[in-house]
Amino acid sequence: MSETRALPRYHLTTEHHPENGTLLGFWLYLMSDCLVFACLFAVYAVLGRHYAGGPTGAQLFDLPLVAVNTSLLLLSSITYGFAMLAMKGNRLRETLGWLALTGALGAGFIGLELREFTHLVADGAGPQRSAFLSSFFTLVGTHGLHVSFGIVWLVTLMLQLGRHGLTAANRRRVLCLSMFWHFLDVVWIGVFTVVYLLGVLP
Amino acid sequence: MRELLFGRLGWDAIPWHEPILLGTFIGVALGGVALLAVITYFKFWGALWRDWITSIDHKKIGIMYVILGLVMLLRGFSDAVMMRAQQAMSFGDSAGFLPPHHYDQVFTAHGVIMIFFVAMPLVTGLMNFVVPLQIGARDVAFPFLNNFSFWMTASGAALVMMSLFVGEFARTGWLAYPPLSGIAFSPDVGVDYYIWSLQIAGVGTLLSGINLIVTIVKMRAPGMTLMKMPVFTWTALCTNVLIVAAFPVLTAVLALLSLDRYAGTNFFTNTLGGNAMMYVNLIWIWGHPEVYILILPAFGVFSEIVATFAGKRLFGYASMVYATVVITILSYLVWLHHFFTMGSGASVNSFFGITTMIISIPTGAKIFNWLFTMYHGRIRFELPMMWTIGFICTFTIGGMTGVLLAVPPADFVLHNSLFLVAHFHNVIIGGVVFGMFAGITYWFPKAFGFRLDPFWGKCTFWLWLVGFWIAFTPLYVLGLMGVTRRLSHFDDPSLQIWFQIAAFGAALIFLGISCFIVQIIVSIRRRAQLRDVTGDPWDGRTLEWSTSSPPPAYNFAFTPIVHDNDAWTDMKNNRYARPLEGFIPIHMPKNTGAGFVIAMLCAACGFALIWHMWLPAAAAFAALLVSIIVHTFNYDRDHHVPAAEVLRIENARTLSLSGHV
Amino acid sequence: MSGSAEHGSPGHGSQELESPGHDGAIEHAGSLRDYVTGFLLAVLLTAIPFWLVMAKVFFAQPGVTAAIIIALAVVQIVIHMVYFLHMNTRAEGGWSLLALLFTTMLVVIALSGSLWVMYHLDHNMMPTGSPMSMPGANPDPRNMP
Repeated sequence: MSETRALPRYHLTTEHHPENGTLLGFWLYLMSDCLVFACLFAVYAVLGRHYAGGPTGAQLFDLPLVAVNTSLLLLSSITYGFAMLAMKGNRLRETLGWLALTGALGAGFIGLELREFTHLVADGAGPQRSAFLSSFFTLVGTHGLHVSFGIVWLVTLMLQLGRHGLTAANRRRVLCLSMFWHFLDVVWIGVFTVVYLLGVLP
Repeated sequence: MRELLFGRLGWDAIPWHEPILLGTFIGVALGGVALLAVITYFKFWGALWRDWITSIDHKKIGIMYVILGLVMLLRGFSDAVMMRAQQAMSFGDSAGFLPPHHYDQVFTAHGVIMIFFVAMPLVTGLMNFVVPLQIGARDVAFPFLNNFSFWMTASGAALVMMSLFVGEFARTGWLAYPPLSGIAFSPDVGVDYYIWSLQIAGVGTLLSGINLIVTIVKMRAPGMTLMKMPVFTWTALCTNVLIVAAFPVLTAVLALLSLDRYAGTNFFTNTLGGNAMMYVNLIWIWGHPEVYILILPAFGVFSEIVATFAGKRLFGYASMVYATVVITILSYLVWLHHFFTMGSGASVNSFFGITTMIISIPTGAKIFNWLFTMYHGRIRFELPMMWTIGFICTFTIGGMTGVLLAVPPADFVLHNSLFLVAHFHNVIIGGVVFGMFAGITYWFPKAFGFRLDPFWGKCTFWLWLVGFWIAFTPLYVLGLMGVTRRLSHFDDPSLQIWFQIAAFGAALIFLGISCFIVQIIVSIRRRAQLRDVTGDPWDGRTLEWSTSSPPPAYNFAFTPIVHDNDAWTDMKNNRYARPLEGFIPIHMPKNTGAGFVIAMLCAACGFALIWHMWLPAAAAFAALLVSIIVHTFNYDRDHHVPAAEVLRIENARTLSLSGHV
Repeated sequence: MSGSAEHGSPGHGSQELESPGHDGAIEHAGSLRDYVTGFLLAVLLTAIPFWLVMAKVFFAQPGVTAAIIIALAVVQIVIHMVYFLHMNTRAEGGWSLLALLFTTMLVVIALSGSLWVMYHLDHNMMPTGSPMSMPGANPDPRNMP
């Protein structure tokens, strides 16, 4: 990266190529997002048993549904992994295929989550009912919002890949979305553990 | 339909019946029209858009941040003047001129503006301008994001300013604790203005934090290892780490507060399981690192200035770095000292009291390092050095009152008294404000090509220094006597003399600010005599002084190679000669209007949300998303400066250097 | 959100293909084995906690189930980091691991600190003294600074 000869000692004579910072920058953004979720988890930890005389997690949570959702998200993580492998092998169409599947699995996840939310609200267990429900909807909902933005991004990226192909810039974008997607799966591990599983335990 | 479009916005939102506000509005409107007329007269609109608004050049963005901070200083200081005046008069039967309803908005706005729209922009502006130059880079890692970050901060400032004339501001204090800030006790738009202006500005700040970390990590010149970086760059790195690590907490907490206000959730309510103390807890987990975000860059400024004007390498470079890193980490372990009195008990209070005392140690180490740097140096009492000495005296005392407050039993007496107010103004004015004045004076010639007028600068300095002490020493006395903060009326006439002395101090600071404005005007008019031809007016030690004043857009024709700390001093000692030929095309990013457009849409969305104008809010949000997506389809983001152009620019510099003997 | 100025040599513009690893990126893609191993481990570490709770497996001590579930979640997060996010000490010159460790430290401080502080506040200041019961407690707003 640097070029030094006997002279000139104090400056380069060719163009300097600093390492591209996009991936580190995106990773740092993910760390900041981690802290947002940490706050939401902290609020859930403090307020999560404040039922205000209303329904509890044990009464509300449909664990089989959560298990299905978890599987969808985990599967979508590995389909994205396959997309990355296809990209490494310069196979554009295969990359697009795996990305599409990832998006579909993500959409399924969101769909099921929306169904869960609407049922809860219809049963009088909406976010206004108690601090527990406020923190539940906000934590799970924020995760869902992130997944939704991820899907929008994924569709946009697929269009850009279709238009420009696997350029260096596009590869970086696919990498960033990959980090984003896996990060959301990591957060979901926290969610299903702390919210759903622990929430059902006495 | 009318409600979907206009929400709760109506003609009664404008303060027709408040003479002070109406008068201010007329003044601002006239001033604004005059400014627009001047720009039109000089046909400056094209250049304004092309060279400034759409600029992704870190130097221009840094300058714009500083201008924003200084303009907002005028607003924040006006609030201060009003408070001092009110508190000097309002005793017994006299109610002063500000009823509590307004006084509460004034002290809230004062705090919010000074922290978020004066101190943060000034600090960010200096880091933006200086860091790429100090590390030998051409720009920051993400130039477009840099432009976008600036406009988001400006949008937040715009929303706060709008609250003056359309609706009103929060009456909760600058941190807006619930339940007072909840929908039940503050149903009006004030807290919503607070929330959205901070959320928008917060996004800008967070992105700027990421930007500068990546810049420092990835874009240093060859040979500049971490331990060869200038100290200002080190403090910038730690500051931006704090930003990335703290601002998400603010974002989350304000989002929860807004959910309570907009969606009826129960995070911080009195009923249905809410817990208002969780807000206090979380906001201070952000709030304490925030004050270190403000002070660390000032420490960096002083390190550069002390070394330069003592003519010596900074004493204890490694310990300065370690002290900064230790402060960065420890700043996350002290937050509860902001609410010792809320009943967490002896064990919790002791822990945080001890950590708070520990964090003063690395700061003390820094002060000793500056003193040892000055010892046996040949000190030049230029203006930046005067600000530095003013800082050392003032900040040290303020820091000591902080250690006093760190003792929980003492804090139980002094919490929320005027002693506390005096303490934090002592460290923020003595530390951050003096640091910013020092930095602005120091780097002004680099940015504009001429120095600031020294006479008016000295007037500014002395008026600020003396004014500060006269304004705030009475507050220490009053605090020790038990007087509470944020009061607009007092019954005990024996206190009045102290407030009158404080008002006199504020008047001196007012004169100081006036002198600063005069200094700028005089410097511009006398710029020929104050010209900085060499690019190195202070005999500086770091790489930014190797460039012309102002530097070319690309900063360095060839990227420097660094061999030692104080890289520029090293180059001068080895009789470094500027290259005069062999230039190559330089790869630079392109200007863009996308950041401005997206930030304006955010401001529009924020305004609509504040006033419950749901349709415009949805439309602005949709437009926002579309703009962002459209922007990502733009792959044409850079260009090359041709070698011939580089040659022309460098030749012009060679000419002016040879003309200067 | 990608907007970096790419510093290529003249004539390359933004379309250059960089050799993998040249820009010091987080490892671009693991192998197929990495992904499948990670996936299978994750499935296992998900199935066990779900089974423990749904089958209402009880241990002698209350809280053991909770502890196991949390421990398994932590392990699964590490699995994701290593196998899916390719976290290692070399990525980005060690900066991404450093950032992750720093963030983890802050998350631990924020979570444990908040729980500790809030527990003591509620215990000392709330009428019933316990953080876990009151449906609608009314802290005195005049105590708020």
